[in-house]
Order: sequence, then structure tokens, then C-alpha cells
Amino acid sequence: MTELRFLLNDTEISLSEVGASDTLLDFLRISRRLTGTKEGCAEGDCGACTVMVGRLTPVGLIYEPVNACIRFVASCHACHVVTIEHLRGQDGKLHPVQQAMVDHHGSQCGFCTPGFVMALYGLWMTNPDPTMTEVETALQGNLCRCTGYEPIVRAAFAATRAGGQAADALNTERENVASRLAGMRGRVDVARDGRNRAIVPADVDDLAEVMLAQDKPTLVAGATDVGLWVTKFLRNISPAVFIGHLMKDIAVDDQEIRIGAGVTYSEAAPVIAEHFPEVDSYWHRIGGWQVRNMGTVGGNIANGSPIGESPPLLIALGARIVLRRGAERREIPLESYFIEYGKQDRKPGEFLETIIIPRRGDALIAAYKISKRRDADISAVAAGFRITVAHDIITRAHVAFGGMAGIPKRAAHAEAALVGAPFARQSFEAAARAVAEDFQPLSDWRASAEYRRTVAANFFRRFWLEHAGGALPVRLPRAAGE
Amino acid sequence: MKDNLSPGISDDIRHDSAEKHVTGRADYTDDLTEPQGTLHAYLGLSKCAHGRITRLDLDPVRAAPGVIDVLTAADIPGVNDVSPAGNHDDPIFAEGEVRFWGQPIFAVIAETRDQARRAAALAVVEYDALPHALDPIAARDAGMGYVTDPLKLRRGAPEVALATAPHRITGRMVIGGQDHFYLEGQIAMAVPGEDEDVVIHTSTQHPSEVQHMVAHALGVASNAVVVNVRRMGGGFGGKETQMNLFCCVAAVAAKKWHRAVKLRPDRDDDMTATGKRHDFVADYALGFDRQGRIQGVSGDWYARCGFSADLSGPVTDRALFHADNAYFYPDVELRSHPMRTNTVSNTAFRGFGGPQGVIVAERMIEEIAYALGKDTLEIRKANLYQNGQLTPYHQEVEDQILPRIFDELEASSDYHVRRKAVLDWNARGGVIRKGIALTPVKFGISFTATWYNQAGALIHIYSDGSIQLNHGGTEMGQGLNIKVAQVTAEALGVDLSRIKITKTTTEKVPNTSATAASSGSDLNGMAALDACDQLLARLTGFAASAWNVPADQISIGETVRIGGETMPFADFIRAAYLARVQLSAAGFYKTPKIHWDRAKGTGRPFYYFAYGAAVSEVSVDTLTGEYEVDRVDVLHDVGRSINPAIDKGQVEGGFVQGVGWLTSEELWWNDKGELKTHAPSTYKIPLAGDRPRIFNVALADWSVNREKTVKRSKAVGEPPFMLAISVFEAIGMAVASVAHYRECPRLDAPATPERVLMAVERLRGGGTAA
Repeated sequence: MTELRFLLNDTEISLSEVGASDTLLDFLRISRRLTGTKEGCAEGDCGACTVMVGRLTPVGLIYEPVNACIRFVASCHACHVVTIEHLRGQDGKLHPVQQAMVDHHGSQCGFCTPGFVMALYGLWMTNPDPTMTEVETALQGNLCRCTGYEPIVRAAFAATRAGGQAADALNTERENVASRLAGMRGRVDVARDGRNRAIVPADVDDLAEVMLAQDKPTLVAGATDVGLWVTKFLRNISPAVFIGHLMKDIAVDDQEIRIGAGVTYSEAAPVIAEHFPEVDSYWHRIGGWQVRNMGTVGGNIANGSPIGESPPLLIALGARIVLRRGAERREIPLESYFIEYGKQDRKPGEFLETIIIPRRGDALIAAYKISKRRDADISAVAAGFRITVAHDIITRAHVAFGGMAGIPKRAAHAEAALVGAPFARQSFEAAARAVAEDFQPLSDWRASAEYRRTVAANFFRRFWLEHAGGALPVRLPRAAGE
Repeated sequence: MKDNLSPGISDDIRHDSAEKHVTGRADYTDDLTEPQGTLHAYLGLSKCAHGRITRLDLDPVRAAPGVIDVLTAADIPGVNDVSPAGNHDDPIFAEGEVRFWGQPIFAVIAETRDQARRAAALAVVEYDALPHALDPIAARDAGMGYVTDPLKLRRGAPEVALATAPHRITGRMVIGGQDHFYLEGQIAMAVPGEDEDVVIHTSTQHPSEVQHMVAHALGVASNAVVVNVRRMGGGFGGKETQMNLFCCVAAVAAKKWHRAVKLRPDRDDDMTATGKRHDFVADYALGFDRQGRIQGVSGDWYARCGFSADLSGPVTDRALFHADNAYFYPDVELRSHPMRTNTVSNTAFRGFGGPQGVIVAERMIEEIAYALGKDTLEIRKANLYQNGQLTPYHQEVEDQILPRIFDELEASSDYHVRRKAVLDWNARGGVIRKGIALTPVKFGISFTATWYNQAGALIHIYSDGSIQLNHGGTEMGQGLNIKVAQVTAEALGVDLSRIKITKTTTEKVPNTSATAASSGSDLNGMAALDACDQLLARLTGFAASAWNVPADQISIGETVRIGGETMPFADFIRAAYLARVQLSAAGFYKTPKIHWDRAKGTGRPFYYFAYGAAVSEVSVDTLTGEYEVDRVDVLHDVGRSINPAIDKGQVEGGFVQGVGWLTSEELWWNDKGELKTHAPSTYKIPLAGDRPRIFNVALADWSVNREKTVKRSKAVGEPPFMLAISVFEAIGMAVASVAHYRECPRLDAPATPERVLMAVERLRGGGTAA
């Protein structure tokens, strides 16, 4: 196809001139004059540009709030983009979410407000009876500088009480929209000015072909990183291959969990919650809700960040990855994918297809991170732990860190201090001392080297305290999910 | 004037734009329909903290697609300066030398914003680097000097008091700055008109200053420049002076090319190129007796002002004005040091230097309490002002209400029981420690530049009975427009729905002051009342003569009563129009009583004080330094509230913004002078999940302003910001628990998890046992 097609509110959009780096936000504001969606930061952190995007999945049409500023137009193919302008009913009445925001004085300057309304709309639609934690989690991707959030949280619960989901246009029109979107699917190859090219493969085999055919294509999955290459660094990403709709399968057997590289953090969350409940809260500290709805586990690995919120945990869990080139596949341990800062074990034409996580067995598992702000902040230090204990002796220890070196990396000295040692406080004290030999962290705006070293050591102490069964709490109330 | 509001007016009336906010139909500057052929400007910023420009090659910029023009200092027809203090030290474009990383050097004008932005990145600039100093102490040591005259406040003989006090402590506190992080960034759109005319649509707190700056930059009279502000997407002081530069660039380009020009920087450039809250380093010496009563205070406040003065003079002055917070210093000397640094020129931010004074006063209270092993609250009470006592600037305190606020808040928050529980919790040891603190605020209301304390309003009643309200204040979310409309509606006795609040424009009300210093409602509300009084006098006079009824038998409102006759407001207005009654009035107000002699450091700079207090309880993780705010109780004084819902919103929002300043918001420069925390990915303001888990906010509804303000209300924008110091001090208490409270935790701000953990480690003497 030489046309990109999607639904924008009630209107079917068909575009033949689309550049790889055209953002959804500019399309809405400049091309369509839909100015209710605001630009606050152009990097997916403030949420003022939040829109809902509906997409077809094996379980049907689902809607999720996402950041329009770092979402590329090309990634909206066969999707339903819903903006703030679409909320008001035909009768002109405010939507229950909007009415609740008005009634509870949830807006002051009003600039962040459309984004909050859209995030609350997403929550209201998908969770008719949220807990306080769920409300706060849904609002992790939205910044407000005026209200202090209290009235917005009150509005979230008021909207819940108002109900009305069944009558909402996105629900009453669901079947109709789903069939229209289904009719749009298929490969797309478009460009702006004959260059700045965007390719949307039809399926993963098509992707494999495209990867062999194109010279140095930019793979764009959730765009939560690549989006910033464009909006902040003005980089040329053409030809860009959009894969956010591919490799979405999750399969679990009695040996392992296989997660497609295109699975978003939000899509992976139920699997994490079921199989690794200890790290559920860690998982929900990655980005904000909008970012988790876009960002993919595969992308988080493939871009090779020295921090990467998921790789330290996945390395500790013993994850392996499948890399595919054409019809060929190879499987490597995740930890060997990261070679050095900026360099990964991925060959031209190759792409990450699947992440394989072994089932946990009887291992003790934990994930920690520290950041200046608890939620939606990139970690200064992140760590994953998988410790196996038999007869009070530590038999296996996998501990991997992010933010401590140029790549996510295991703490070899600390692991050595643990393996074979008794499952006791002094063993973790020894590991806390040993980890100093594993890393020479940097000082930057997130943390000083000294703080990183201190915290890395304290994570071992925390792991022990959490598993020692003491009477005193070892986690902050919110962190403990209270 | 009635002091009591009519029923239904002093009410929780929602923000006038609330429905537009939630539907996305509230227009901000970037949402306005652009005139055909609008061009877009983008700034080229320096990448050197201090240096001579040895090469400036803009040819690649000019050759880029879509580029129309490149502007440098040489292209400014008038004066290349936007100094709000009149210092001529704030160039629009740097010439020859750059003085901070991020200083604008040129602007590119192109057909689209994207083209302009991409082109700006193509400039080739080379520098001969000169030595730079980034922080105020480094600047002092390097002999960088002051950006503006320092201030000294002195009363009594502090040298003697310090020398004779039973206890004496000296210390230093480092206080971080803060980015405003208004959600809507800086933006200006200039539309050229005939002759020398230009209209600026922008998002500024100070339209009159933009008007004057644009006139200077263009070299034209102020009467050629119109500045329009419908609303701002947040201001917080960051749009008091900082918008001047953007407006001047857009105006110069618009006049040069006879096309509309819009300038909106990306968030990173916005945060890099515009001023912030001043960071300070404060050195203090404190003498006190065995009961913890302060006897003498001496202190030096060194501020990171940046490369130019901007508002650093009044900001550093206000730091000293609030260095006493709520406490009487019998003998005192306070000195400000507005240091020149090679950083962006710092500017106004909610509290305007006041918070950096208040927090040092509270640090000194902590010093005393930890030294004597007492509850900080006991020390606070021992030092609270009593009416009749003098501040360090020799203003008599006359309206002290903190004792009652303390009493009520201690009871409502169950302070003493909870403090005992916190002490018991910490006594068990463990990783999670708790802290609790009650801190007050006493905040002086008025611009310390006395002439700013004036305002105008213009009210039109149209012949159909509809009313248009204009005033000199600007709406940035604080609810100023609805408050002034409520006051107007009440004065005229009409329904609020009859009143349309328009954009702020220099065409309607001239020579306005910035909407700042929490003064918006006080000043503009009174000006609107003056206009209402004039209209009512005229209408009553008309009714009296036309109906031949004594004035005391006439009441004007939705139903107009003239003797025994009644008629709808609109019919009455129609009659007045036909009788040729002037249905428009310009109101004016200036604050009485205030005066200030800066050279002597004496006077009455403030019309009155606003008060409040907060109790905060926190939990701290002593393995990582992370913390959570478990509960906050606030009791705040807004006098007699015009709109409790709006006022409560200011208290809650100000509090959380203050928590951000003191916890997660950290400005971090690398050693080259480049700010590395310049976007929300790296600069972390609070999220919904960071707000207090329990947040009880009450207004002191018994408080009545003893001064004649609009309806005896009090200003509310800034004072509650400082109540967040209770969170900061509670974190400090949790930290101090690891050393059994024997040592003052001396946390610096912001108390990031890193600073908290490092303080824990320091107090433990480097030990690591949990």
C-alpha cells in the first residue's frame, strides 16, 4: 500500500505523504488544527499530549493512552486515534470524566488538563473501580504544576462513581471501528518528498524481508526512545521500519516464558504479576502509563541503554533472546547481547524477535531501583536478584545491575561471595562489600558515583532483610503497596 | 464598601475556564489561529559558559531549507536589551562575548518551526573560553562581584548579643534553585500592523513590561505596541520577565518581514535559556539562651544570580525580609550578596526569595532544638513574634495570629500523640524511620518596589445589560479572573453570568504591574471595585433624577428597585443608555500605608502579613534515602476568602510545588557550565503519587484581614509554598533518629534520596548497619 490509513475520532484518514519522523502531535495540531492536545515537553514525560489509541489485538480492539509527541504518524496505521475533542457527547454534555474534573476543581492553568482527562478516560474505560494505587499508577505519565494533584485524584474517583462506560462512544462503536480497522491492515510503504521513508511491514516475515532489503533501517517499536532521537536530536531515521504491531505473542509452558519483542510493558505486566509477583511494583515504576503502553520489552533491550529498566531484572532471571535474520534464528543469553557501551551483538539485517525467561523454580527474586522521583524516572541504579537456596546454603546467585557500568551487567564478585555461603546476614554483608569490586560507576545528574556504590551495596542488605523475616518493616509504605 | 460578601458570592465557584480546560477548547498562545503566511523563529544558543565569540558562521543556517532570515544583535533597530531593572545588562542577543551556556546569540526565521529549529542547529560558533564561575561561593572567591546592590538589614547590636549568648552556633546551608516547569513554555506571536504598530500575543505575567521592551527593541513609542494575554499555561514567576526576550525577537522579525512571526522554544531550550529560582548559600551565626530563645542572629545570603541582574535585587532583598520567618530576633544583622555567576540570569519564582530566607530561619530553629534536645515546636513557640515587636527591617508586627493557628493545628493534627508515636517507632530501630514537623509561615504582602502597588480596571456595561470586565492582572491558573468577576458581580448586585472576562491587553488598562507577589486579587479586585463604585454612583444619580426618588430608595442589581418600581437590570441599563449615562468606568487603586527606605533598611514594605502552618509526617528508607510523605495537615490564613475552592487549590498546589523544590527537583550543571537537567526526563517535579497520602487542608475561616483589602481577604499565591519546609524538616528528623537526635541533621536542599542517604551515613559516622 502506498497509503497510510487510520481513524481520527470520526474521520477516516488516508495519507500518501508521510515522513518517517512525522509525529502524531504535529499532525494533530498543525495539519488538523486539533489544538486541544498540547505540547509540554516533546519527550513523553509530561503527558500534556495524551491521546487514546485503539488497536486491534487477538483479544479485540483495545484503547490505551499514549503520548502523541513521540508517537509517529506511521505507527498509527490501522489504529483509532481519539483526541480530547472526541469526548464531548453529541448532546454537547461533558463526559463524566470532564464533569468530574470541573466539579472537583481539577484544573487551574488548564494546560495539562486535556492530557489528564485522556489518562483518566483511559482509566475510567478499563478499570471501573480503581484503587488509590491504581489511580496514581494511571497518572504517573501526567505532570501538573498547579493543583498538587489532590483534586485530580478526587475527580478520578468521582468519574468512577458516575459510571456510564457502556454508553460511551468507544464502546457502542466498538464492533464498527474494529471492522473498519481490520480492513486497513497490510503493508505500507510511504515517504515525504520522496525520501524520509516509512515502512510498516504486514507481519514478522515481511519484517524479516524488509530488514534484508533496506540499508541501515531504523527499527521503531514503541518509539519511547527513538521518538526522542527525532524530537530532541533532530536525527534522520529514514528509512524507518515500524514494528510496534508485530511480535506480540506471549507463550508460557512449564519450562519458560516466551515474550515477543513487540510486547509492551503494559502487555507484559500480567505475566510479570503472575510469575514474578515480587517485581510487580518495580515493573510499574518503568516510565509512566503512556510510556508503558507504547514501550516494548524488546526495544528496551535492543537499544542497548546502559541503564535499561528491564535488562538488569531479565539478566538476573537468566533470560535468553532470539535474534532473527531472514529465516535464520540464533539464541543467546541476554547478558552476552550487551558488549560494551553503544555496542550490541546484533548483525546487519538482524532483529530481536523473542525474549525467553526460564520459569522461576524455587528461586528468591527481587528487583530494586533508585531514582530522584519514585515513579516515571530513569533509575540511577537498578538491580535484579535471583537467589536459590537449598538447606540454608546459597546454591545459585544471579545479580545484575544497571546504571553501574556502560552496560547492564552481572556483579561477578558479589555473586561469588554469595554462592556456597550460608543464607545468612553475614553472607549478604560480604556481597555488599564485594560489589565494590564489580563496578566503577560514574557521577552524573542522576547520582554521584559514591551514592551509586553505597546503594548497590545496600541492595544486598535489603535483599537479606526482606527475606530474613524480621518483625520491622523494611520497605516504605507505598513501596510495600500499602 | 461592605466587608461581608453576599450569599452565593463567597463561594466555591469554579474557575471561569474550567469547561474549556477539560474540553481542550481553552486557547493558549500556540493554539491561536495563525495569520496567513506566519513565519517561525528559533533561537541559536551558546555552548560555552563564558567566552569570546571568535567565529560566528551563519551561512549554513541561511542556506537551510525554508530559511528566510537570520537575526543577530546588529538587526535590532532599537536597543539590544531586555533588562527589567533598567541595568542594560541583559542583551537580547549576545554580542562578542557569551556569559552563560544557553545564551541566545541569533535567531533564525523560517517558513515552518521545524525548518527554523533544524536550521538553528547548523550554525558554526567558536569561542575563546574565559574563566567561569557557576556557584555563588566560587563567584565570590573569583571576585565576580555583584549584579546589583546588596542589602543590609540591621537592628540592635548582634555582635554583642552573639558574644554574650549562653549558646552560639554557626553553620552553612546550601539551598537549591528550581525550574518553574510551567506546562506551557515561553511563546510569543507578533503580528505586524500599519506604521510602527505591532500586536503581540503572548503568555506573560507582565504585559506592560513586554510592551515597553518591545518598544525599546523596535525603537518606537509604547503606543505602537499592543500586548495581549488571554491566559497562561502556568507562570509561577517564570513569565514575569522571561517572556520579554521572546516577544522582542518575534516583534523585530515581524516588523522586518511584514509577516506574523511566532517563537516557541523546545522545552530543553526553554529550561536552558530562561531564569529560575535563585540558589543560595547561607552562612549563619546564632546566639540563644538555655530556654532556646534567640538572642542574636547574623547571616550572609549568597545568591546565584546569573550573568545579569534581572530581578535579583528585589529577590535577594526579599530573602532577607523573610530570614526571620515568624521569629523575633532581638539583635540582628542580615546581609545579601547577589553574586554574578556564569549561569542563566535567575528570576522571580513563587515566594521571590522569601522561601530561601524562611528555610534558613527554620534551620536555625532546628539547630537550637537539637542542641537543647527539645521538640522544634517548643523552640518555635518560644520565639514567635508578639504584636508590637519589630522585624529586622523595623516594621512593627501588628497582625500576629500564629499562636491560634498553632493551637488549632496541634489539636486537629493530633501533633503531640503522633510525635510520640514517631519517637517510639524510631526507638525500635530498623530501616524505615519516621519524622514529623510543624512549621509556620509569615509572609509579607506587597511589592517591595512601592510603585508596583497600583492597579487599574475597566468595566463596560453594554446597552443590552451585558458587562465586560477588564483589569490589569493576568490569568495563569490562579483564578484571578473569577475572583475579580465575583467581586464585580457582588458590587453591582448582578449574576456572575452577566460578566464576560476578557483577555488582558495593554489597550484596555495601561501601565500595569506584573501579576506577581500574590497581589493580583488585592490590587485588581480593588481597582474593579473602584470602577463599580463610579458606575453605581452614576446609575444611582440617573435613577434619582429620572424617577425623582431619593438615592436611599434605589438599589441596583438583577432587579433594579427605584422607589416602589422594579425592573430588570437590562431594561434599566437601556434607559440609562437612552438618557446618555456613561456606562463605562476606569477604576484605580494604590495600596496605602506602605513605604520603604532601602538605603536605611527601614520602613513598612508590607501592607500586611499572611500566615499559615503545616504538620508533615514522613517515612524515610535509610538504605536508599528514599522517602514518602505520609500525612500533611495545613491550616492557612487567607483572611476572609473570596473563593475558598480557588484558595484551597492555591494552598494545595503551592505546598506540593514547595515539596518538589525541597525534594526531587535538582538543577545540575556539569563543570563546563551546561545545565544537564533541562527537561522532565531529567528534572523531576512531583507526580500524583508523590502528593501526601493524607492531605488535610483547611483555611483559617475565622481570620479577617485587619487592613482594608478587597472584602478583608488576604493574598494566597506564594505563602503556602513555604509550608513544604515541614516536609523537609520531617525528613531531617527521620535522618537524625539514626544518631538518636543528638546532632542537627543539617540537610541541604533539595533533599534528594542521595542527600538523605549521605546524611544518614554521615550521622552514623560512616557505619552501615541498619
